[in-house]
Amino acid sequence: MSKYLVKRILLAILSIFIVCTITFFAMNAIPGGPFNSEKATSEAVRAVLMERFNLDKPVWQQFLIYLGNIFHGDFGVSLKTGREISQILWSCFAISARIGGIAAFFAVIIGVILGAIAALFRNKWPDRLIIFFTTLFTAMPSFVFATMLLLVFCIQLQILPVWSAENRNYVLPVIALAAYPTAYVTRLTKTSMLDSLGQDYIRTARSKGVSTVMVIFKHALRNALIPVITYVGPMLAYILTGSLVVENIFSIGGLGRQFVQSITNRDYPLIMATTIFLAIVMVIMNLVSDILYKVVDPRIKLE
Amino acid sequence: MDVPSKNKLSLQIDLSKFEKATEDEKRQQDVMSKSTSFFRDGMRKLMKNPLAVGSLIVLILVIGTIIVAPMVVPYGYEEMISVNGKRDKTAKNLAPFEYSQREQKVIDEGGKVFPHIMGTDSQCRDYFIRVVEGTKISLTVGLFASILVLIIGVLYGSISGYMGGKTDLIMMRVVDIIYSLPDMLIIILLSVVLNERLSGSANPIIRSLGTNMVSIFIVFGLLYWVSMARLVRGEILKIKNNEYILAAKAVGARSDRIIRTHIIPNCISVIIITTALQIPSAIFTESFLSFVGMGVKAPMPSLGSLANAAREGLQSYPLQLVFPAVTIVLIVLAFNLLGDGLRDAFDPKLRR
Repeated sequence: MSKYLVKRILLAILSIFIVCTITFFAMNAIPGGPFNSEKATSEAVRAVLMERFNLDKPVWQQFLIYLGNIFHGDFGVSLKTGREISQILWSCFAISARIGGIAAFFAVIIGVILGAIAALFRNKWPDRLIIFFTTLFTAMPSFVFATMLLLVFCIQLQILPVWSAENRNYVLPVIALAAYPTAYVTRLTKTSMLDSLGQDYIRTARSKGVSTVMVIFKHALRNALIPVITYVGPMLAYILTGSLVVENIFSIGGLGRQFVQSITNRDYPLIMATTIFLAIVMVIMNLVSDILYKVVDPRIKLE
Repeated sequence: MDVPSKNKLSLQIDLSKFEKATEDEKRQQDVMSKSTSFFRDGMRKLMKNPLAVGSLIVLILVIGTIIVAPMVVPYGYEEMISVNGKRDKTAKNLAPFEYSQREQKVIDEGGKVFPHIMGTDSQCRDYFIRVVEGTKISLTVGLFASILVLIIGVLYGSISGYMGGKTDLIMMRVVDIIYSLPDMLIIILLSVVLNERLSGSANPIIRSLGTNMVSIFIVFGLLYWVSMARLVRGEILKIKNNEYILAAKAVGARSDRIIRTHIIPNCISVIIITTALQIPSAIFTESFLSFVGMGVKAPMPSLGSLANAAREGLQSYPLQLVFPAVTIVLIVLAFNLLGDGLRDAFDPKLRR
C-alpha cells in the first residue's frame, strides 16, 4: 500500500511539474511581450517594468524564480490589474468551487439513484427512459446545453433570472454543469449494479431470506458504488473545464471566466497561475479518488 | 449379387440389404449453412441493431447533404446574398423560408429566388449553407484528428506492448504522465501559443487550414493518443502470449512481420471501435474550442463557432443557435450509438 501511495504521489508531483514547465515555456514562446500592446511607453519605464517582473533575465532563470515562488504559494501579480494573483485565484475559486461542488454532489446522488433504478427495472420502461436521456446528455456539449437552458428559462419563459452579482441564482449553471456527469454516473452505476446483481453473494443473501430492500442497499448497491468512486476525480476535472464555458455563458465571475479573460488579455502570469492552479486541483482530485478506490475495495490488489 | 455363404457369427455385411444413395440424398448430407467470416458475422449483428442502423442512416444523410447541398444551393458560405448582382443588405437575420424585400420584388416580377432554408445570419449570409459548411469542417476535423490518434496510438501501443520489459515500462510511464495532465487546459494553452506562433507563417497548408485548425491537430497528436496506446498495448500483451506467436517466432518470422500479420489483425476490432468513438470526442473538443473563440478561422464556420456567434442575437434569433446545436447533438449521438453498436457486434469479449 505505502509503495503504491509513494508511486502515485510521485507521479502526481511529476505531472504538476510538467504542467508548470509546459505553461511557462509555452507562454514564453508567444511572440510579443505583455507591454507591446500598451500605448508607447518610454524606454526607461519599460526597463523598470522588465526588471520589476524579472523579464530581463535569461529564460531558465525566470523559470527557476517562478518555480520557487509557486512553491511558496506566490503567483506574482497580474500584469493588467496589478492585483495579487493568489488573491484573484482564491476569490474566483470560491465561486467556482461552490457551483462545481453543488453540481458534483447532485450528479453523484441523482446518477446513483437513476442508475440503480435502471438496473432494477432492466429492459422495462423506467430503464428505457433513463437510458434515453443519459444517451442524449452524453451527446450534448455543455455549451449547447447551457445556452439552451439560458434561452428557454431566462429568455423565453423568464422563470429564472440571469446570473448577476446581486442576484445569484445557481440553478441553471449547476444543471448545465451536472448534466453530463449525472448521465455518466447513471450509466456507470447501471452497469456495475447489473454486474453485482448477478453475483453469487446476492443469490446467497436472497436464499438466506434477506429482504429485497436489504439485498439492494446493503449488498448490491454498496458494491456497485466502487466504480463510481474512480469517476469522481475525472468528474471534478470535467466540471472544472466545463466551468470555462458555463461561467462564460452565465457570466459568473469564477475561475473559468478568469482563465478565458486572462487569455484574451495576454496576462501571462495570470494564465500560468490559473493553469497551474487548475492542474493542481485536478491532479489532487484524481489522486484522492484513485487512492480511495483502492482503500474502499480490499479485493483490488495493489501493485 | 453372389454372396458367398457365411458363418452365422461372421460380421460380413449382407450387401443385398443396402442400396446406393441417390444424388439428392447425398446433397442432404452437406452442411446446410454457408460458412461465415468474423467480419460478415459482425455485420449481420450490426444490421440487426436498430439504433446502429439508424445512426448509420443519419450519418449517410448528413454526409450526403454536405456533398449535395453546395451544388444545389446557389449561395456561398462566406458571401452576402446578392440580388441581380447587387449586395442585398435587407437580407439580414431572416427567418427560415423568409425572403428579403428585394428578393420578394424579384419573385413578384416572376423571377426565382432559392429559399433560405434556415434563414440568414446577421451578415446577410445564407445560414443553411453555413451550417452545412460548418458540419463539413467539424466532421473533417473529427475524422482527421481520429486518424492521427489512430496512427500514433497504434504505433506507440504496439511497440510498447510488443517489446515489453524496460522499454514498455518507460513508454508506459510517459503515457501515465500525459494521461494525468488536464488535457483541456493544455489544449487551450497550446492553441493560444501555436496560434500566435503560426499566424505569420507562409506555409500554404497552414494558410488554407487556418492556424487554429493546425493547432487543434497538433494538440490531438500530442495528447489524445494515450488512451488508444493503452488499449492497443493491453490487447497486444494478451495476444503476445498465444501459441501461434510462439510458432511464428520459432519459424523465424521477424518482429515487424509478426506485428503486421498476426497481432494487428487480431486487435483490429478494438482499434476500429475506439476510433469510431474518438470522432465524436474530437468534434466535441473542436466545438468547445470554437465556442471559447479558439477554433477555426473567422470566415470559416464550424458548428461550435456558429453556436458561439448565435449567442449575441440569442434573444431575437434563437433559431440561429438551435440549428448548429441540434446538428452537433445529432452527429455526436449518431457516432456514439454507432460506436456502441460496433462494439456489441465486433468485440470478441462480448461474444458468446
